[in-house]
Amino acid sequence: MSRFDSMMADFAIQISALKKIYGGRPILSDVNLAIRPGEAVALLGANGAGKTTLLRILATLSRPSRGTAVVAGHDCVKHAERVRERVGFVAHGAWVYEDLTALENLKFWTTLSGRPMSAETLRVALTAVDLDRFAHARVRTFSVGMKRRLALARLTLSHPRVILLDEPFAGLDQQAAKWVDEYLAAFKAGGGTVLLTTHSFGRGLGVADRIVILAGGTVVLDTPAATLSPDDVRRLYEAHAEDEA
Amino acid sequence: MSYARRAWIVLWKDALAERRSKEALNALFFFTLLLLFIFQFTLGGDRERLTDALPGLLWLGFVLSGLVGLGRAFLTERDHDCWEGLLLSPGDKSAIYLGKLAGNLLLMLLVEAITLVLFGVFFNLDVGRHLPALAGVVVLGTVGFAAVGTLFAAMTAQVRARELLFPVLLLPVLVPVLLGSVKATEAVLAGEGLGGVTHWLKLLAAADTVYVAVGVLTFDAILEG
Repeated sequence: MSRFDSMMADFAIQISALKKIYGGRPILSDVNLAIRPGEAVALLGANGAGKTTLLRILATLSRPSRGTAVVAGHDCVKHAERVRERVGFVAHGAWVYEDLTALENLKFWTTLSGRPMSAETLRVALTAVDLDRFAHARVRTFSVGMKRRLALARLTLSHPRVILLDEPFAGLDQQAAKWVDEYLAAFKAGGGTVLLTTHSFGRGLGVADRIVILAGGTVVLDTPAATLSPDDVRRLYEAHAEDEA
Repeated sequence: MSYARRAWIVLWKDALAERRSKEALNALFFFTLLLLFIFQFTLGGDRERLTDALPGLLWLGFVLSGLVGLGRAFLTERDHDCWEGLLLSPGDKSAIYLGKLAGNLLLMLLVEAITLVLFGVFFNLDVGRHLPALAGVVVLGTVGFAAVGTLFAAMTAQVRARELLFPVLLLPVLVPVLLGSVKATEAVLAGEGLGGVTHWLKLLAAADTVYVAVGVLTFDAILEG
């Protein structure tokens, strides 16, 4: 194994000199970030800072204009299929079919991913997000928070090594948010890697080992979470948001 | 096995969602009914004109309802951000195409069966007498139509002017299918059987094979955008 390979193996996510230009406008410019297995990073930034773009590149939904992004040892552009097998992504949309029930939605996504599961296993996943009572209810009748919990149930069933979450606490009530916190803590303890974006200073930061602030498409702060109180984070966030404005 | 199961689950999902919502089926049924009223009003009771125009009208009805139905094939995926989910699902994406194609084919054949019955009623046509040959022609024509329609529906799903772009792209490519289908239908309805139109049937079979193969081979790239 070369020194470069060895360095790559140390990180679950390795982003080097990443740039993304969209419509002639730089969204991300020279982003460098490395996240180790078992580490959780909260990505903060004002609207338009490039948080979602960064997650979409790591999830292989978008290609970088320049630079490299390596997830679970695989390049996001050259080996997108291998990255997809190892990454769980929950975006703003919950990826749910509204005319199907919660159970049917899980059956669809697990089978499509080549991992068909028994109804019992799917029910266990629904129980974990407190949706077991609604297993046979059509998703059309679900609230935003319930759809988000269903998306998280789908995520747990895909057994990813890296989880990318875009605003995972949006639309969740206290109980569901607590479940997400607990799930992410357990996932991290098992060696999994988490990268999440959040606007909430109360949620998401508890599970994070590091806080990264993105402003103007670049990383302006990367610091251990333990050194900062939620108020410190808020102050830093607001300062960078003002700078960007 | 996994490939077939993945194609099946896409078909299962589309069929189940349509069975529950009946969105496409209801819309297409009333659209077809409206078309038939217009055709009936335009042609009146002139039997001779009707005999000449009927094969073309029948396929015009199929094509117009097909355009409406196929145009919304990936609408659910787009509206609920499921497109990303399809894209990120590991494995050969052509299984998704085949599942979607099968779902569209089922829906189109169902609408065409209803259209045929309504044609029989509206134009006093004995559909039953021609049914086996007519069914063969309709299935052959619809496979090619659905194959290329599903592919173009995926291609235009994320485009802003998709309602405009979809028929503009689709109709020129459908010319061989429409020619073969109309000519073969004409022969069947004239009571001549399919013996004299084997060259059109061969064209239809070739177009079906080519369109399905192109769909299977290119769907991955289309989904990736």
